Amino acid sequence: MLRWLKLRGAVDDGTAVADKWMSEDDVVARLRSGMTIGIGGWGSRRKPMSLVRAILRSDVRDLTVVSYGGPDVGLLCAAGKIRRLVYAFVSLDSISLEPHFQAARQRAAIEVTEYDEGMLQWALYAASCRLPFLPCRAGLGSDVLTVNPELRTVRSPYADGTELVAVPALPLDAALVHLNRADATGNGQFLGDDLYFDDLFCTAAEHAYVSCERIVPTSELAAGGLPRLRVHRWMVAGVVEAPNGAHFTSCAPDYDRDEGFQRAYVAAARDPAEWSRFAARYLSGDEHAYQAAVAAQRAAALGAGTLGAGTLGAGTLGAGTLGAGTLGAEASA
Amino acid sequence: MTGLEAVGAAAAVGAGSGAAGDVSRAEICVVACAEAWRGDGEIAASPMGLIPTAGARLARATFEPDLLLTDGEARFVAGTWALGRPAPGPVEGWIPFRSVFDLLWAGRRHVMMTPAQIDRYGNANISAIGDHARPARQLLGVRGAPGNTVNHPTSYWVPRHQPRVFVPRVDMVCGVGYDSGRAAGPAAAAFLDLRRVVTNLAVLDFGGPDHALRLVSVHPGVAVDEVVAATGFELAIDGAVPETRPPTPAELRLIREVIDPAGLRDGEVRG
Repeated sequence: MLRWLKLRGAVDDGTAVADKWMSEDDVVARLRSGMTIGIGGWGSRRKPMSLVRAILRSDVRDLTVVSYGGPDVGLLCAAGKIRRLVYAFVSLDSISLEPHFQAARQRAAIEVTEYDEGMLQWALYAASCRLPFLPCRAGLGSDVLTVNPELRTVRSPYADGTELVAVPALPLDAALVHLNRADATGNGQFLGDDLYFDDLFCTAAEHAYVSCERIVPTSELAAGGLPRLRVHRWMVAGVVEAPNGAHFTSCAPDYDRDEGFQRAYVAAARDPAEWSRFAARYLSGDEHAYQAAVAAQRAAALGAGTLGAGTLGAGTLGAGTLGAGTLGAEASA
Repeated sequence: MTGLEAVGAAAAVGAGSGAAGDVSRAEICVVACAEAWRGDGEIAASPMGLIPTAGARLARATFEPDLLLTDGEARFVAGTWALGRPAPGPVEGWIPFRSVFDLLWAGRRHVMMTPAQIDRYGNANISAIGDHARPARQLLGVRGAPGNTVNHPTSYWVPRHQPRVFVPRVDMVCGVGYDSGRAAGPAAAAFLDLRRVVTNLAVLDFGGPDHALRLVSVHPGVAVDEVVAATGFELAIDGAVPETRPPTPAELRLIREVIDPAGLRDGEVRG
C-alpha cells in the first residue's frame, strides 16, 4: 500500500497532476453498450487481455471493435460482445487462424468492415488529426471497395488528377492498450521492439485506457530512452496495473507469448464442450482468479508446484517456462 | 494416387534422370524463389513462409547482396542465418510496423505472399473462401495485400500447385491482379508489378496475353501436362518449356549448411 501511495501522481513530487490509477473493472464501468472500441497490439502480441477479460465479465455488448486482431477479437466473438468488427486480419501469429473469429464469421454472427492494414492505420490517423478522411492508394482494384460499398474515392485537386481511396476517419469512443510500464498519470512506455499502433489508437479515441505490467514513478520513465515514451498523459484517461495482463499474448521483453496456453485455447475453441470447460476454468472468475488458474496450470505443468499463486508477477511468469505440450495434450484429451 | 504422391513420384523420376542429381524439389523451389529477387538492388525483401524466406536469404548471400531482410519482427539484420533460429547478425535498422507501411508506400519492397487462391491475371485471395458475407471458410483477412500489390513488386509462393488454388476467379480480390488494376484506373495500375509465381511444380509469370499467367519453367522431373492439369484455367505457354535451373554447388552448400541445416524445407515440399 505504501508503494501504491508513493506512485500516485500527486504524491510523487508534490504537484497536482491528475491521478488516473484505476482497476480493470473501473475502466469497463466507463464503457457502454454500442460503443466503438479500439484495441491496441498486433495479432497475438501485447494485447490488453486483462481489460478484454473484464469486458467478458461485464454486461457491455453490441460493440464495434477495431483491431489488428488476435485473441482479443476471438474472446469477444466467443462471448457475443461484438456487433461489428473493423479489421485487416485476425491471427494468432504462431497459429495463423483464430478459431472463434472463424466460427463467428462462418455463421455470419458479426458484421464486418474489412480494410487493408494500411487503410486501418490511415483511418485511425485521420481521426487523430480530426480530418474527415485521408487519401490512400491501398484498396484500389481490390474487393475491399466491393465489400465496403460505403467507401468513396477522391480525385486529387492538383494537375495529376489521381483518383484515390478516401479512407474515412474512424473515431473511437474508447481505446484499450497494454504497455510495459506507465506512471499513474498516464505516461506510457513500451520496452519491446514495436509500439505497433498503440499511440494512434489512443489519439483516435475520446478516452484511452492504458494497462501496463507495472506502474512506476515518473522519474523512472526517461531512463529507458526517450523514443520509448510515445504515449503521453494527454492521450490517456486511465491507467491500470496489470502484471501478466497481456497473457497469453506476448509482452516483450517482460515475457513471450504463452504458446502452450495458446495451443490449449485453440484446441478448446474448436469444440463447444471443451470450450465450456476452458471458460469455466479460466474465465469464470475475476482477473486474480484467471492469473491464479494460469499459475496453477503452469505449476502443474512444471510438476514442481513451486510457482504458487503467491509468486504471481510478470517476472516469474515467463511464458517460455510453461511445458508447452502439457496444456495442449490435456485440452485435446 | 494423391496429388502429393504424384509429385513425389515425379520427383523420384527426376532424381534419377534429370540434371538435378540428388537435389531435392524443395531445394529447386528455394532457388526459384531466390530468383524472384534478382536485380532488385537495395530494397526490402519480404518473404512470407519458409521456402520464400530461405530463398530471400539465399539471394542476398549470393547474387543480390544489397537486399534488406528483417528478423521477422522489427529489425533489419545483416548476414545469413538459419531458418527457425534467431538472427545473430548485426542489426542494420529499426523497422516497426509503422515504418513497414512507409517503406511499402514508397515502393522499396518486394513481397512474396502465399495465396489461398490465385487466378489467371494474378488476383490473389488470402481473406476468406466463399461468400464474403458468410464465408464457407474464414481465413486471415486481406492483411496488407491490397496495399502491397498496388505499391511495389509482388510475387507468390504456392507450396501445393492444384486447381483449388489456381482458380478461374478468386472469391475475394485481396492482392490486385492485372485485370482488376487496369479496371480501377491509373492510380491502381501505376506501380502494379506482379513478378512471378513459384510453386512446387513450376515457375510462372504474367507474360501471357494481357498479363495472363504463363508457364516459365517446370521443375526437374515435372511434365508440362502435370502443371496444366493442376491449374484450373488456361495457362499461357510459349513453345518449349525449359527446366527450372538447379542450384549451383555453392548455393546447395548454403542451403544445406547455413540457411536450413535442420531440413525444415522438406516439411513444406516433399521429394
